[in-house]
Amino acid sequence: MTSREKILSAVKANQPDLAILPDVDFLLQEDIDVPEKFIAALTAIGGQVIAVENYAVIKAFIAKNVEQSSRKITTVSELADIAEYIEDNIAKPHSLENVDYAIIEADLAVAENGAIWVTEDKIRTRVLPFITQHLGVIVRRGGIVPTMHQAYNKIGLNDYGFATFIAGPSKTADIEQSLVLGAHGARSMTVFLMS
Amino acid sequence: MKHYMKVGLFIPCYVDQFYPGAAIACLQLLEKLGVDVVYPKNQTCCGQPMANSGFEHLTGGCNDLFIKNFSEFDYVVGPSGSCVLHLKEHLHNSDNPEIAATLSNKLYEFTSFLTDVLKVKSQPARFPHKVGVHQSCHGQRGLHLSQMTELVAPEFSKPGSLLNMVKGIELVRLNRKDECCGFGGTFCVAEEAVSSKMGKDRVEDHLHNGAEYITGVDMSCLMHMEGILRRQGSKVKVLHIAEILNGE
Amino acid sequence: MSEIQNTTNHAELAEVFNNDEARVDWHDETLWWIRSKRDVAVNKISNWEVLREAASQIKNNVLSNLSNYLQQFESNALSNGITVHWATDAKEHNQIVLSILEKHSIHQMVKSKSMLTEECHLNDFLEANGIDVIDSDLGERIVQLAKEMPSHIVLPCIHKKKEEIGELFHQHLGTPAGNADPQFLTETARQHLRDTFLTRRAALTGVNFAIAETGEFVVCTNEGNADMGAHLADVHIASMGIEKIIPERKHLGVFLRLLTRSATGQPITTYSSHFKRPNKDKEMHIIIVDNGRSIQLGREDFRNSLKCIRCGACMNTCPVYRRSGGHSYHNAISGPIGSILAPNLDMEKYADLPFASTLCGSCTNVCPVKIDIHQQLYKWRQVIVKNGYVPAAKKASMQIMNWTLSSPTVYHTAGKAGRFVLKYAPFMVSNKLNPWYKHRDMPEPPKESFGEWYKKNRGN
Repeated sequence: MTSREKILSAVKANQPDLAILPDVDFLLQEDIDVPEKFIAALTAIGGQVIAVENYAVIKAFIAKNVEQSSRKITTVSELADIAEYIEDNIAKPHSLENVDYAIIEADLAVAENGAIWVTEDKIRTRVLPFITQHLGVIVRRGGIVPTMHQAYNKIGLNDYGFATFIAGPSKTADIEQSLVLGAHGARSMTVFLMS
Repeated sequence: MKHYMKVGLFIPCYVDQFYPGAAIACLQLLEKLGVDVVYPKNQTCCGQPMANSGFEHLTGGCNDLFIKNFSEFDYVVGPSGSCVLHLKEHLHNSDNPEIAATLSNKLYEFTSFLTDVLKVKSQPARFPHKVGVHQSCHGQRGLHLSQMTELVAPEFSKPGSLLNMVKGIELVRLNRKDECCGFGGTFCVAEEAVSSKMGKDRVEDHLHNGAEYITGVDMSCLMHMEGILRRQGSKVKVLHIAEILNGE
Repeated sequence: MSEIQNTTNHAELAEVFNNDEARVDWHDETLWWIRSKRDVAVNKISNWEVLREAASQIKNNVLSNLSNYLQQFESNALSNGITVHWATDAKEHNQIVLSILEKHSIHQMVKSKSMLTEECHLNDFLEANGIDVIDSDLGERIVQLAKEMPSHIVLPCIHKKKEEIGELFHQHLGTPAGNADPQFLTETARQHLRDTFLTRRAALTGVNFAIAETGEFVVCTNEGNADMGAHLADVHIASMGIEKIIPERKHLGVFLRLLTRSATGQPITTYSSHFKRPNKDKEMHIIIVDNGRSIQLGREDFRNSLKCIRCGACMNTCPVYRRSGGHSYHNAISGPIGSILAPNLDMEKYADLPFASTLCGSCTNVCPVKIDIHQQLYKWRQVIVKNGYVPAAKKASMQIMNWTLSSPTVYHTAGKAGRFVLKYAPFMVSNKLNPWYKHRDMPEPPKESFGEWYKKNRGN
């Protein structure tokens, strides 16, 4: 008997009588104020939210706040003139090791916890939002949903090889519960909230 | 007001032996409230100390005695959340399971009997002192005598509502409203270090917030805290809630 | 490399822990603070209790249909290009990890947090087989440097003071002596581990949730270390217990809302990464581990412990855990949940754990999946006694207690005798041999019992 067979037969023999799977769709009814809640939630976890009308405002912000000489990467074609534009998955992601600033865009964000959702094809190369020192994310107001239930409702059974929710900058409180922003992922996160 | 019911008074073993004042207060208060109450003299113990130590299989004798002493009553009332909870969850009789189940249903912890059955709405008692209320765990989380801080749910407190009827009383606010005192039955000696530290912290919370008396529904918790208070030479006393409610 | 304490028992280890009262206070207050943060977070969700009930029922369904879900997960994962392995026990799990590494001639691996691998003692095994393993979660890295086991499933070094951590970093990473600034130490770890991420060809992560419907799995971190490791490595190995399955992707809405709020009071971890397919030209492996779980599944009274989503809320709220520390439980998983899981693995070794509790019930009520933890602690006590794992002295004293309490006459005599001794020969009881007396006075013996008073005053 293979290990697989041993485990499955032991599980089958020992599992209890069927308990019905509950419906959870009723949880979609939960509603909270978006985007005010989104802004409050993200700010509370160390992120920054900048309201912008268009890409020009974003470019101006970056020109003002990000060091000229720093290495900037973007997956957003409209920003190709101010940063290195990447369109495809990078063969050697280690080459992104010295990226200071990455700016991506997310179609979906969650108000209750300030998280944004990106799939692999949105970020082009999986390690990008983690390896960059600082992360910028463009989010449209219309893309914010109240809770995780509505988020998964929108995601549905869409296919992706990799996807992630990102809520604020990386952090740790492992040393005597002192919160430190900037653990192994991005040190800061700025959301450009577009109307 | 006369209540047409016969109540059996169940007094936990350690209350009987060491804190008769609490039992007397329960009895007198029930009598004042117009209840026909009797104390069956051959009762001993609910069996909890053995059951909680893993020896539930030895509690048959206690179960039989309890059933024998109390099945005839309309209600059985006892001043102990933990003993009442234990009986409600574990009283059984293999020969006659129905009798045990019926008796469990008639069994009430003292304060919940006052609020839920007698529906007491006022008390003539006076107790112009600062009082800390200890939420004994089994009564609170097991019998739902009051809301627990773990849940997202509306606040309520049966013992609290009775105490609020007492004139002049001031209930102190604690830092940790419902943390366990650390008595835990045989835990108090088997894990002595943690038990006494838990008790010490509980007592400190009450002292820090100005309590002159500590009260609750379970004398076991209060006995444990009293032991610590006396060791510290503190003037703060413990009282079962019935003793406050029964006062003039 | 890591140390497992000798199997002593919880009471003895807790007594040692309590020798340093200031430290106990510090440990207790830190964890209570985390419990308080949890309370603030959950009270912001008006239907929190509804969520708990939903999660509980989903997990009940999972356990009742686990065989099918595991097969569904495997089938979908395979279609996704993930290699699926099955390990009946810890030994087999460790062997599988080793063989994957050896196949690729890899001798260095970076790991993100996985309590399952602690349970399997993977690091020790790999080190003994010439594989260098670096734990990338900051808390885990700290205990790795200290050669200790983590003391908490979510906060591995909650038992360590920052000065101690500073000293460890000074010894192992060359930071200046005496520097205990968390910001500085974290930055040091970031630099030190960044190089690790960039150079390791293999990364091992845990699994928070495995979705049967889609064959994907989710890994939650605040630090981003799981992602840094997995996306830069050629080989990503993920270890999961059989009970980590959830039926459908949308159920993540329920569990991700409950998990981090229960654990730390945050609305969500910084990263909740969904892994569905290996990256181009890379390998992704998942190892599905039993290691006693299928046995626990067969225990009617204890199978609900398998619903656990490893949030640690039970530890944070447990007044005993807070005052005894995770190492007192001498097990990879400590606290209330550890105490109901461990006896299944080795009843003799862990016979003490279900007794390390007052059965206060706080754990049961913070558990996001409604495991009846304190009821299971009580039931394990009965099982342990029935199997004979109780000291002879205790057994004898229980027999005496039973005999005394089963007879009104004996009970009354004993009670009277006890009060008499306390009154007239207190030194017989109030002395060093009486554990109660160590920190507490005995109660004042009254002149008569209630029974005696009643007889006099009410006639009987």
